[in-house]
Amino acid sequence: MKVGRRSFLSLIIGGAAGTALSPLPFKLMDDSSIWTQMWPWTPVPEDGEVSHVDSICTLCPGGCGITVRKVATMYGDRAIKIEGMKGYPVNDGGICVLGLSGLQLLYGPTRVKTPLKRTGARGEGKWKKVSWNEAIAEVVKKLGELRKKGKSHTVACISGADRGTVAQLLGRFLTVYGSPNFIRIPSIQDSYELTMYLMQGVQSSVGFDVENADFVLSFGSGLIEGWGSPVRMIKANSAWKERGKVVQIEPRLSNTAAKSDKWIPINPGTEVALVLGIAHVIIQKSLYSTNFVNNYSSDFEEFKQIVLNEFSPDDVAKITGVSASTIESLAKSFARASKPLAVCGRGHGETPGSLNEFMAVHALNALVGNINKKGGVWAVPDPDYIKWPDVKMDRVSADGMRKARIDGAGSKRYPDVRYLLDRLPDAINSGKDYPIEALFVAGANPVYTIPDSNAVKEAFNKVPFVVSFSSYMDETAANSDLILPNHVFLERYEDVPAPVGLQKPIIGLSKPVVKPQFNTKHLGDVILLIAKSFGGRIGDAFPWESYEACLKETLGNKWDKLINDGFWSDSNFRPAAWENAFSTPSGKFEFLNKGKAESIKIEGDKQSYPLILIPYDSMRLASGCIGDPPFVIKTVEDTVLKGKEIVVEVNPKTAKEFAEGGYAILSTPKGQAKVRIHHFDGIMPGIVAMPRGLGHTAYDEYLADKGINFNELIGPVDDPASGLNAAWGIRAKLTRA
Amino acid sequence: MKEQHKHTKAKKYGMVIDLDKCTGCGACMAACMSENNVPFKKDESDKLLSITWMRVYKLTNGKKFPEADICYLPRPCMHCEGEHGHAPCVSVCPACATDYSHETGIVSQIYTRCFGCRYCMAACPYHARYFNWWDPVWPDGMEKYLSPNVSPRMRGVVEKCSFCFHRYQLAMNKAYNEGRRELEEHEYQTACTQACPAGAIIFGDLNNPDHAVTQIAKPDPKHGGRPMNPHAFRLLERLGTNPKVYYLSSRDWVRRAGDNYIENESGQGNH
Repeated sequence: MKVGRRSFLSLIIGGAAGTALSPLPFKLMDDSSIWTQMWPWTPVPEDGEVSHVDSICTLCPGGCGITVRKVATMYGDRAIKIEGMKGYPVNDGGICVLGLSGLQLLYGPTRVKTPLKRTGARGEGKWKKVSWNEAIAEVVKKLGELRKKGKSHTVACISGADRGTVAQLLGRFLTVYGSPNFIRIPSIQDSYELTMYLMQGVQSSVGFDVENADFVLSFGSGLIEGWGSPVRMIKANSAWKERGKVVQIEPRLSNTAAKSDKWIPINPGTEVALVLGIAHVIIQKSLYSTNFVNNYSSDFEEFKQIVLNEFSPDDVAKITGVSASTIESLAKSFARASKPLAVCGRGHGETPGSLNEFMAVHALNALVGNINKKGGVWAVPDPDYIKWPDVKMDRVSADGMRKARIDGAGSKRYPDVRYLLDRLPDAINSGKDYPIEALFVAGANPVYTIPDSNAVKEAFNKVPFVVSFSSYMDETAANSDLILPNHVFLERYEDVPAPVGLQKPIIGLSKPVVKPQFNTKHLGDVILLIAKSFGGRIGDAFPWESYEACLKETLGNKWDKLINDGFWSDSNFRPAAWENAFSTPSGKFEFLNKGKAESIKIEGDKQSYPLILIPYDSMRLASGCIGDPPFVIKTVEDTVLKGKEIVVEVNPKTAKEFAEGGYAILSTPKGQAKVRIHHFDGIMPGIVAMPRGLGHTAYDEYLADKGINFNELIGPVDDPASGLNAAWGIRAKLTRA
Repeated sequence: MKEQHKHTKAKKYGMVIDLDKCTGCGACMAACMSENNVPFKKDESDKLLSITWMRVYKLTNGKKFPEADICYLPRPCMHCEGEHGHAPCVSVCPACATDYSHETGIVSQIYTRCFGCRYCMAACPYHARYFNWWDPVWPDGMEKYLSPNVSPRMRGVVEKCSFCFHRYQLAMNKAYNEGRRELEEHEYQTACTQACPAGAIIFGDLNNPDHAVTQIAKPDPKHGGRPMNPHAFRLLERLGTNPKVYYLSSRDWVRRAGDNYIENESGQGNH
């Protein structure tokens, strides 16, 4: 039979069509998907003997105890789960969403695996791997040159903490090297420390006996959203459900407001007037603690006159939008409660806030006599276990230390404040004092966390030498010249004193759970190595062989207890009695707040920007130096983040022109961003609320480029009394996208 | 279906979640994900595709400012008993991949039997079941934290909350080694219960009158396990799924939000 062209083609085409119409392709597809389903790319976790290590989580200043479950395998130990440590005084078994995800940071792709030196332009992401010796030699060379030129004071160091041996080693190095510019990351801790210093005359942290308080008046503090030590506060909140009341005062129905017994919406930024209005009622109706006020306080009369004259409930109602009757009843229930407690510091407490407000709230606590009392506010002395001999300075360092600080802290204008990081970008950019030649960053991510991101980046670009000690490729590390990666908290020893807001002095010990996964080095050891390379007086100030030796020696007889129990606490600690609690000039509690309700001005004019933009915080969005690991960002609701777009909350009345989920352009005097709108009835009309903690540009692809960093839209506002950043919002407008 | 074992008393593990205490912090979700090797993707904001055995929902009361109110509601698998173990999902599974255990009251999910028809997902009124549309991918190195107690799932199967069944097995192994047949209340607790900083989740055996869950929820055996505690309710009680997760709330609108009502109908879930 002859096969012609036509019949050949018919066979091929007919065959193809026939096959396509038969179940064969579908059957093959089905078979191959079932077959490939069993391919070994789904990991089989290796099993082994299980053990547990107790340690401390340092992902936030909360300092919770953790118990890490490990599996021993042929290739070394694997940490497989972080749980809360039972019996730890801070969190007793509970743990937060970030702490639970710590292993994703340990094993995650954001780790800096070896010292890196920048090769491309700043922030371009081009790096060269260098050895530890080279990296340390480079730092020593640069610092040596500056010192030789008598410019040691042009070195600055930004640190996440100033307590504990690592932070103290950093500070000690800076001192003996000759720079006054050790700067701690700002938070409400600054405002509270200053309040304690001015009104009680003590240098101490503030502790809140929240477990025993039975009436908590919170001026915008995110009590269950990360304020203080988060797990401890959530536990206290559960206790208040059974025996206590919480009143939350803020313009937005936050989770704290929703969980409280009463939510009082207030015009944003007018809190201080409300505090003094409450004080007015308490004083006028003689509901205050006469024992405390008459015997242990000074300047009360003056305070009383101003409060009585200027802050009547009717006047305050006009300013705050809270009715006079509410103010009266609030004051009465606060003063009549057996253990009332007033707290402030908005959201997570990452913005220091207005000193006036803190002092007014502290005065309210003093009026009801709960200073250093059960359920009240305690002055907690700084832990004193670090007793190193004073450094011996040579002439260069003594000269350097005499120079004024670049951020203006301790200057004539701001004499009592210790650190003013929010002023640093402006100080560098304006070039008023002296240029910063080298900047070291440890345990902090200022490029992301400091307001007015553009100014911060500009300032960073003006500093010729930036060194990051970050374990992760965060925004600051990405914009540095040299990265000397620290071990992460699960790989290192470190003392963790004084969890924020705790009323008892305790020290926790972070322990290595697994061996260092990469070519990283403990920051403590790096400081020792740098100091030793200098030799001379600088080397002499650091006599220890290694960080571990230094830590053991410093903790002395507490070491064994720390290793066995995971923490040391002073069970005999009681706050000072009123007779000897106050070291002010008068020896008494000083009602310093002269009732000046100088409200903090908001940036922007009302005509061009009719709305007010405020930030809000959530447990599910880490907004400090650590960004959300994959598990945490996964828990974020789709009314906060949708795809890569941030969602802002607006009252439906204000957002009439915008559909739910629709796009809008949000502009402030500092910048603008495309956002999506969420109609939320729990927010005052005229206000736009934006979540903090999004808009990362660094970290991994699970977090980067999602949403907007709130700091791009707001700038710092200097508090006239302290110089700390007191910005609570910024004027804004919404336009159609 | 397996009949109950003769040598141990039948358990009915269940949960009580106190919505007054729940702060919506998300710890239960992360505890569950890290305990059970739940995977994650680059974008998890499409919540229909986001695998969360435990998911915290945000409820609103629908009122205007300033009367607006919100409440968080954590939703694990309800481990429905239905009538005599006829949970909605169990009844429809053609592969016997999901089963109601009369021994523990736990609804199982056997990944290797599941062939991905997703009937169970359609049957589940609580959206507690999730389908793996993709193979899980952990970034290089991150598979080191995977727990050996729970097998990672492959593409094409359904997964859901197991009340941390592997913890039950480990606790039972330990008890048997020590010559015991029964567990103490604290020996078997789910990961979310253990993590919850608010202490809002309580877990235990609803057949055991000494366990906190039973004392709080007070299930009424005559009425399909309905709670006798006036503040307690179950989700979609009227469907008769007989779930083993009870919720507590002192707020009427929250209790009412737990079920479907026609407009102007009175009542609140269990009453």
